[in-house]
Amino acid sequence: MPLHHANRLLETAGRIILGKERELRLALACLVARGHLLIEDVPGVGKTTLAHVLARLIGLQFQRIQFTSDLLPADILGVSIFDRATSAFRFHPGPVFAQLILADEINRATPKTQSALLEAMEERQVTADGETLALPEPFFVIATQNPAHQIGTFPLPESQLDRFLLRIRLGYPDRAAERALLMGEDRRELLERQPAVASPAALLELQHAAQRLHVSAALIDYVQALLGATRNDPELVSGLSPRAGLGLLAAARAWALLDGRDHVLPEDVQTLFPHVAAHRLHLAGDGRPVPPATLVRMMQAVAVR
Amino acid sequence: MSRIRAWLAVALGRSHPADGLASTAQAATLDRRQAVWLLAAAVLAVAPHGLWLPAWVHALCLLLLGWRGLIVWQGTRPPPTLLLLAVALAAAVGVRLEFGHFFGKDPGVALLALLLGLKLLEARRARDIRAAVLLCLFLQLAVFLEDQSLAVAALAVPGTLTALSALIALSDPAGRAREHLRTAGLLLVHGLPFLLVFFVLFPRVQGPLWGLPADAFSARTGLSETMSPGSISELGTSGAIAFRAAFAGPPPPPAQRYWRGPILTDFDGRTWSAAPATEAETPFHAPTGRRLDYVLTLEAHNRRWLLALDYPGAAGPAVRFTSDHRALSLRPVQSRSRFTLNAYPDARIGLDESPAVLAAATRLPADSNPRSRELAARLAAGASSHAEILARVIAHMRGARLTYTLRPPLLDRHAADRFLFDTQRGFCEHFASAFAVLMRAAGVPTRVVTGYQGGEVNPVDGYLVVRQSDAHAWAEVWLDGRGWLRVDPTALAAPERIEDGLAAALAAEGELPFMLQADMDWLRGARHRWEALSNTWNQYVLGYNPERQRELLSRLGTAGDSAAKLAGLLAGLSAALLLVLYAWAVWQRRTTDPVQRAWERFCARMARAGLGRESWEGPLAYGERLAAALPEQAHALRAVCADYARLRYGAAGTRDPLRALEQQMNEIRLP
Repeated sequence: MPLHHANRLLETAGRIILGKERELRLALACLVARGHLLIEDVPGVGKTTLAHVLARLIGLQFQRIQFTSDLLPADILGVSIFDRATSAFRFHPGPVFAQLILADEINRATPKTQSALLEAMEERQVTADGETLALPEPFFVIATQNPAHQIGTFPLPESQLDRFLLRIRLGYPDRAAERALLMGEDRRELLERQPAVASPAALLELQHAAQRLHVSAALIDYVQALLGATRNDPELVSGLSPRAGLGLLAAARAWALLDGRDHVLPEDVQTLFPHVAAHRLHLAGDGRPVPPATLVRMMQAVAVR
Repeated sequence: MSRIRAWLAVALGRSHPADGLASTAQAATLDRRQAVWLLAAAVLAVAPHGLWLPAWVHALCLLLLGWRGLIVWQGTRPPPTLLLLAVALAAAVGVRLEFGHFFGKDPGVALLALLLGLKLLEARRARDIRAAVLLCLFLQLAVFLEDQSLAVAALAVPGTLTALSALIALSDPAGRAREHLRTAGLLLVHGLPFLLVFFVLFPRVQGPLWGLPADAFSARTGLSETMSPGSISELGTSGAIAFRAAFAGPPPPPAQRYWRGPILTDFDGRTWSAAPATEAETPFHAPTGRRLDYVLTLEAHNRRWLLALDYPGAAGPAVRFTSDHRALSLRPVQSRSRFTLNAYPDARIGLDESPAVLAAATRLPADSNPRSRELAARLAAGASSHAEILARVIAHMRGARLTYTLRPPLLDRHAADRFLFDTQRGFCEHFASAFAVLMRAAGVPTRVVTGYQGGEVNPVDGYLVVRQSDAHAWAEVWLDGRGWLRVDPTALAAPERIEDGLAAALAAEGELPFMLQADMDWLRGARHRWEALSNTWNQYVLGYNPERQRELLSRLGTAGDSAAKLAGLLAGLSAALLLVLYAWAVWQRRTTDPVQRAWERFCARMARAGLGRESWEGPLAYGERLAAALPEQAHALRAVCADYARLRYGAAGTRDPLRALEQQMNEIRLP
C-alpha cells in the first residue's frame, strides 16, 4: 500500500474515533509489522470500534469472538460434522478463519481455549482432524483485556502475552473529543457508510516495504543496549527476549514507514518500546507488570549514540 | 567499562540487584553459577592451608564445602541450624584443644577456614555470601603469613580472580561465567599499576613482617656447632637450597668451592665442637692474591655464620670476622638475606697463630681411639717435620681402602678407630674426624672445618646454587711458616666428590635426593628454570628491603628519607594513575565515525548555551527541543538534526557529504 493509502486510512479513522490518532497509528503499525495487538482497557472506550474501523477501511473480513468461561476451542477453530449426503466428516471452519479477529475479553476463557487461539496466531494455521488449514492472509488479531475486573478470569501467562507484538491502552477521550463524540452521529452508522480506503493487497505491500526498511548498525547497537538494560535491571524478574527484540525492531520499522522515512531512528524505537515491553516485563518483588515510569527510567539510562 | 561501572554501583550500595536474590536465596537455591564460583573461590582459598593446618581442620573444611557442593548439584537439603551450631561449637573446642589457645596465627587461620565452610552452609542472604567472599580473600592473604614463595604468589592470582568473579556473579546473575571472569581480570589488571606503585614506595618493614618469635625460626635444617658421626650425612639427602652465590666474574672451579662454616676445635672423643673465637670488623689475615667478588643470598638458618668462600676479605659494615677466619652476620639470619662478599682463595691464614689456639688444636682425650694413637705414633716415628707427618698420614689414608658412602655403619665409642680399622666406610665427617685424630695424636695442630663444598651453576640465570646435600667437613692443619692449610681427607678416598659433587661420588648408592639423580635430565632442566624464577622473585620481590628501597629512591632522585615525602609521592602517583585510567576510559568512549564526531562537537557547542543533549535523546527529538528554544533558527536547527539522523541511521546510498552537514552546523549561532 503506497503510503498515501495509509495516511488516508489514518485520517478517515481519526474522524470516526476521535482524539486517538496515536493509538490508531500504533494499531496500524502493529498490523504493518505483522504483529497482533493487545488492548487493555475498561469497557466502552472504543476497543471494538477500533477493530471495526480497521477491518472496514482496509476491507478485511472481520470476525468477533466474545470470550466466555464456557467457550471451547472448537468454538473458535471450527468443528467436523458428519455429513449424511457424502457419508463423511466435513470441517466447518470456525470464526478464526477471518482476516481480522476481535478476541473480546480474552482473559474470560479457560487457558485451553486461550491457547487454541494463541497457537493459531503464532502458527497462522489450524490443524483439525489431522488436516492443516492455512489461515487467511493478512491475519490480524486484536485481543482485549479488562484490567479492572479480575474475578473469575484467567490472566494470560507471560509466554502467551509474548505473542502480542504491542499492547496499547485507549483511555478516556479528552474533553474536546468527548464533546464532539457526544454531539455527533452514531459511530456505527458513520462507519457503515464509510467505503474502504485501502485493500488487503495494499496492506501486504506495506508489510513487505516495512520488512525491507533500512536499519543502520548504530540503531542495532541502540536496540541491543536497550534490550541489555532490561536484562540487567535489578527491579525486573527477567529482561526482554530475543523475540521481543525482533518485535521491537519490526514495530519500529513499521512506525518509521508510516512516518514516511526510509530508515529507522532511535525515536521510533523509543516510541514503540513502552508498548513492546509493558506486557512482557514484570517487577521482581511482587510480579506486577512493570509501571510506565520504570520503562521511561530504563530508556533514559541508555544513551543514544 | 560499563560492566565495571554497574558493578561498582552495586559495591557502593547504590543499587541492589542482589535483593532480588535475597527473596529467593535460600542456601539451597543460590544460583548454580554463583554457587560454583563461590565454591571454587573457597576451595582455592582453603586448599593451600592444608600444608600447615592440622589434618582434621582441613578435612572438616573440605567436608563442609563438599556438602555445599551436594546442595548445589544434588539438591540435598541444607543442614538444620542446630546441627551447624553443634559443628561450629565442636570445631571451636577442637581448635582450642589443638593449639591450647585462640590467639596467634595458626588457631586464627584454622578458625577462619572452619567458619568459611560453615558460613557457606548457612548463607541465606546476599550479604552472607559477600561476607563469605571476603573471608575467602582473607584466607588467601593468610597463606602469605606462612610462605611468600613464588608458587604461593602464583596461586593467589586464580584464587583472587575466582573470589572476585563470585562477587561479580552475585551482582550480575544474568551474565555468563566468561564475562564474570573477564570483568574480574579487568579489575585486577586495573589494580596492577597501583600495586607496583605501592610495592615500590610504601615504607618497607625490616625483616619478615609476620616473623612471630614463637614459631618462625624453629626447626631449620642446616649445619650445627657440633659434629658427631652421622650429623652431616643426615643433610646429604636434603635437596633444599642453603644459599646462592652470584659471582662478578666466572665462579671458581669446583675444587676451590669451600664455603666456610663452623670451625670445630674441641674434641671429646666422639663429638667435635666449636671453640670460642674473637670477633673483629676486619679479617684476621692479610688478604693477598686473586680476589673473587660475589653476592651471597643466604636462606634463613637462624645462625650468625655466613658460609663465606675461603678466605673472606673485608666486606661492608654488616659483616664481622672471627679469629678462625669465618665471616659472621651481625644478627642471626632469620630471613633470606643478601651479603656482598669477596674471597681470596690464595691467601695464607694464621701465619702467626696464638699458642693457645695451637695448644687447643692438639688436645686429644687420653682414653679414646687407642689404635689410632698407636698408628699415629708409628707414622710420626722418625719424621723430621710436621709437613712430613702430614705427608705420611695422607699417604696412609690414601692407601687404606676407605670407602666413601652416604650410609656409613653406626659408630659409637672410638669412632676414629672403628672407622679406620674395622668398618672402613664413612661419610665426610668420618674422614675429617679420623684424619684430625691421627694428626693430633702425632702432635700436629689440626682442626675440623664444617661448611659446604661445591655447588652447581644454574645455567638459566648463572647463579651458583648450594644445597644442604653439599654440606661437607674437612680439616685444617697448621704448619709452621705456612699457617693453616686446608686438607680434605674425603678427597683422598673419593676425589670425584670434590670435583663433581655428591651425585657423582655416590652414583651407585641409589639413595640420593630424587632431584640429584643423573638420569633425570629433563627434570633437572625444569628445576633449573623454576629455581632461577624463584630466585628472581626472591631477589627482587622478597629481597626488596628498606635498604634497597632507599637505594632505589635515591637513584630515582628522590630521597625517601621523610615519611611525609614518601606519602606525598604515593598520593601523587596514585592520583596520576587514576587520571591515566580515566583518560583511557574517555578515550575508549571516543568515537571514530566522523559524522558522529561532528555531531558530538555540535552537541557540546549547544551544551555551552545550556542546550545540551540528554544522553538518551534521539536526534529529531533534540532538534525539536532546540527549535523551540531558538525559534528564530528553528528551521536550520531542525535541518541539522534531520541531516545528522539521515547520515547516521540512513542507508549508505543516501549519505550526503559530511562537509555540508558541518557547514550547516557552523552556521548555527549561539544566543
